[in-house]
Amino acid sequence: MTDLTLFTLMIGGYVGGALAACLFSRGALARWLAGVGAITGGAAALALGGGKLFDWSSASFTWIEVMGETSIAGPLQGARVVLIVYPLSALFLAIVGAIAIPAALYSIGYARDWEGRRSLRTPGVMLNLFLLSMSLVPLAESIFWFVLFWEGMAISSYLLVMTEADEPETVSAGNWYLGMTQFGLGFILAAFFLLLPPDGSGDFTALAKHAATLSPGLKSLVFVLALVGFGAKAGLVPLHVWLPSAHPAAPSHVSALMSSVMIKLGVYGVLLFGLRLLGGGPAWWGGLVLALGAVSALLGVLYALMEHDLKRLLAYHSIENIGIIFIGVGAGMMFLSYGLPALAVLGFVGGLYHTINHACFKGLLFLGAGSVLHATHTRNMEEMGGLIKRMPRTALFFLVGAAAISALPPLNGFVSEWVVFQALLGGATIPKREVAVLMPVAVAMLALASGLAAACFVKAFGITFLGIARSHEAEQAHEVPASMQVAMAALALACVVLGAAAYAMVPALARAVAGLAGLPPASALSAPGAVGQISPLSILLGLVVLLAAIPMALWLFRASRALRVSDTWGCGRIAQTPRMQYTAAAFAEPLRRIFAALYRPTEDVSIDFHPESRYFVQSIAYRAHIVPWFERYLYDPVIDRVIAWAARVRAIQSGSLHAYLTYLVAALVIMLGLLMLWGS
Amino acid sequence: MPLPTGYIVAIAQTALALLLAPGLVGLIRWLKARLQNRRGAPVWQPYLELRKLFAKEVVVSSNASWLFRAAPFVVFASTVAVAFLVPVLAVPLPFDSVGDLLVVVYLLLLGTFFLALAGLDPGSAFGGMGSSREMTVAALSEPTVALAIFALALGAGSTNLGQIVARTMADPAAAVSPGYLLAFGALFVVTLAENGRLPVDNPATHLELTMIHEAMILEYSGRYLALIEWAAWLKVLLFFSLLGNLFVPWGVATVLTWAALGWALATLLAKLVVLALTLAVFETRVAKLRLFRVPELLAVSFVLAVLAITVSFLVR
Repeated sequence: MTDLTLFTLMIGGYVGGALAACLFSRGALARWLAGVGAITGGAAALALGGGKLFDWSSASFTWIEVMGETSIAGPLQGARVVLIVYPLSALFLAIVGAIAIPAALYSIGYARDWEGRRSLRTPGVMLNLFLLSMSLVPLAESIFWFVLFWEGMAISSYLLVMTEADEPETVSAGNWYLGMTQFGLGFILAAFFLLLPPDGSGDFTALAKHAATLSPGLKSLVFVLALVGFGAKAGLVPLHVWLPSAHPAAPSHVSALMSSVMIKLGVYGVLLFGLRLLGGGPAWWGGLVLALGAVSALLGVLYALMEHDLKRLLAYHSIENIGIIFIGVGAGMMFLSYGLPALAVLGFVGGLYHTINHACFKGLLFLGAGSVLHATHTRNMEEMGGLIKRMPRTALFFLVGAAAISALPPLNGFVSEWVVFQALLGGATIPKREVAVLMPVAVAMLALASGLAAACFVKAFGITFLGIARSHEAEQAHEVPASMQVAMAALALACVVLGAAAYAMVPALARAVAGLAGLPPASALSAPGAVGQISPLSILLGLVVLLAAIPMALWLFRASRALRVSDTWGCGRIAQTPRMQYTAAAFAEPLRRIFAALYRPTEDVSIDFHPESRYFVQSIAYRAHIVPWFERYLYDPVIDRVIAWAARVRAIQSGSLHAYLTYLVAALVIMLGLLMLWGS
Repeated sequence: MPLPTGYIVAIAQTALALLLAPGLVGLIRWLKARLQNRRGAPVWQPYLELRKLFAKEVVVSSNASWLFRAAPFVVFASTVAVAFLVPVLAVPLPFDSVGDLLVVVYLLLLGTFFLALAGLDPGSAFGGMGSSREMTVAALSEPTVALAIFALALGAGSTNLGQIVARTMADPAAAVSPGYLLAFGALFVVTLAENGRLPVDNPATHLELTMIHEAMILEYSGRYLALIEWAAWLKVLLFFSLLGNLFVPWGVATVLTWAALGWALATLLAKLVVLALTLAVFETRVAKLRLFRVPELLAVSFVLAVLAITVSFLVR
């Protein structure tokens, strides 16, 4: 199929799905039509983007125009419809498509829960529009279209977050999300307008040409503005506060899309500005990105450890993984400025590889969490337990995702973290004092983050799926519909394959950044400058062989095969109840104490004793809190100030039409006056 | 190097490591007993334990799932996989390009991850307690390991084990450079923490307040316990091989001749005995730390690793 056919199919799929959802608002047909439309669009996006990425024949840096330049008459004159698939945008388009397919498939089963309770129209339409705008963001080739799709993505996802708006928590989450995303947009627009050439052309090529003529100070300002704007979307600390509330509030397939795909477009934005529009910059740009990434990685996982809401825990892990991605990207930008292209490519490959991998395993984990929510109607891990027996398939898929996000070999999460590690180790060859300090610190923070992530996912999987059911709902849980299982199975398989296929992924990803900002073209690219060698495929095969060999050896050496099922040892106590199990809070307690300086934990315990004797406890209530530093000390003062200002501004809101007309005339006179002063 | 020989040596060294591991742990126990004026069990006692456990029936909790039964195999397989990568006898072996030092660390973490999950599976308080503590210690020792790898890689220009060994052999002065010595100190502390030795964990006790590793595997019995114990012993041997052969590589065979391999085996045994004696003396001299003092110990090893890197940068 030609590119244009695929592109048309993609748009057609999404738009068709949205229209179908408009026409039907209830019943299985509505669910299936909206889902199939989104799947078609996603598959076409994956074929278009993935095809370009792996197209060996066009190995050099080529621009493939999908749609020519078309002028639009009227108010939009000057804005040109230009959508272009180039290697970097192909990569992000492929990621959108790859996650859209399982998420849409999953939504078909997941939406069954809403039947009879709410209309399926808004979720169906918005899902398709969300996917459409996300697919088009990386293709946009001018300011106008980029911002249009970017906002389309923000608004449709906001409406999806608000699907279950009957809960007050959701409304607050939606407000935070809308506030932060519009805050970010302001910075992005400012960055774009500083780059605008005198003739007012918003084409990215023209912007890049104009950027080359700007002073270094102005370029740095543009980069920092873009980093703040896109960082807010990506969830970089300290702009992450919306993420742990908005992602869990959305329906689970939307959480998966937001965490796997939407926040990754923030990464695309930073690369778009840093590499394409500004063409690289001083070393401190990369250093800043790397430092923010390292802080996000560590803080993300530390807050995730304290979270006992399964979906919030996963959302905090998105902050951690975005941090890891930015460590790779930042290292790449830094090496680029030191004139080490091979090492720079390694950094970018690490970041982009982790982008893809995180999309897969975080999508999988959110879908898994959605299945648990679907079965138990709670997100609180303390009320789960023993689900591996009632939902064996979901448990297996979730386990694969948990192992992948914990960077366990041979899965994909390990491989991309290894590449990031290699880039950081390679950076040690740069004879600069600041690099000598930054690289070891980043290595240590990355290692600590991955170790804590493993601890956190032992908690997440162990408390949720293992042991004994802690509530009636968990006891009554059931396996989810087939469509949801297939969606999770596909992503679990992707986690295994993406790890094993590193030899194919690394060159393809190197091509995605080749030719940008002085990086060598793909044809001239030798092996990236790694300092070590691994073969994930051999590790996978080796482990499989060993796993098969051990039972055979046991059989060969005639080990006993007797097995008896009995009670768990309870120190002589006969009845074992779920209350004797370790809880999620207890599991995380050692780390809570060790990192007390960050958490500042407070607890209140109230014990009801038996009236006759204090040796008998009737009930214990335990509440623990940690200090939300960013919310309390950064955002609350700002919000208070804004509200105070808003109250003051209210004074001019008289409600009288005459007064408003006076304001208008006054504003007009002032504007004209300013124009007379400066315009001539 | 003809390829088949390399593969045969790699498999032989793994088999050797598996066979030696119980003996090494028996030796450590015997040395400790002698240092504490006890007679002690014979050195081959662990072999007898394995034979006994493999012959006994397994008792599985009624709450446990398939994961509980799969975990011993995953733990054993991942540890044996590490044995293929670590230079026990010779370098460079054909599996050297399959995994580097980072793979070694994360493969061991894979085993710990499954063991910790299995600890939670039977739903007892002990297992959960052990899992929680084990993962805490594992997570906190991770940065030290990464920085020690960083320090070694700075010297050798590679994270591959064969390269590191070859580099130190080519430049013997590197072995006594402050960077290497500090990295050795850091890795030694990590060896204690990762293998559940004193002062982090006491491998000889079943006292619930102090247990980490033993609490986690409390529900295991029979052949499952045998696999877990054997894997844990193998892990001790592999850490000792890393300490011995990365920092003092002399004796490791670089050509695959009988003479070289024989000499490698002799030096390996000598290194293991020295390290076993060091560990036994150390474990006799120190008391178990409270759990919440363990991070301080790991912080010390982290500082050693940071110093190792700083020195490596300065000396370069």
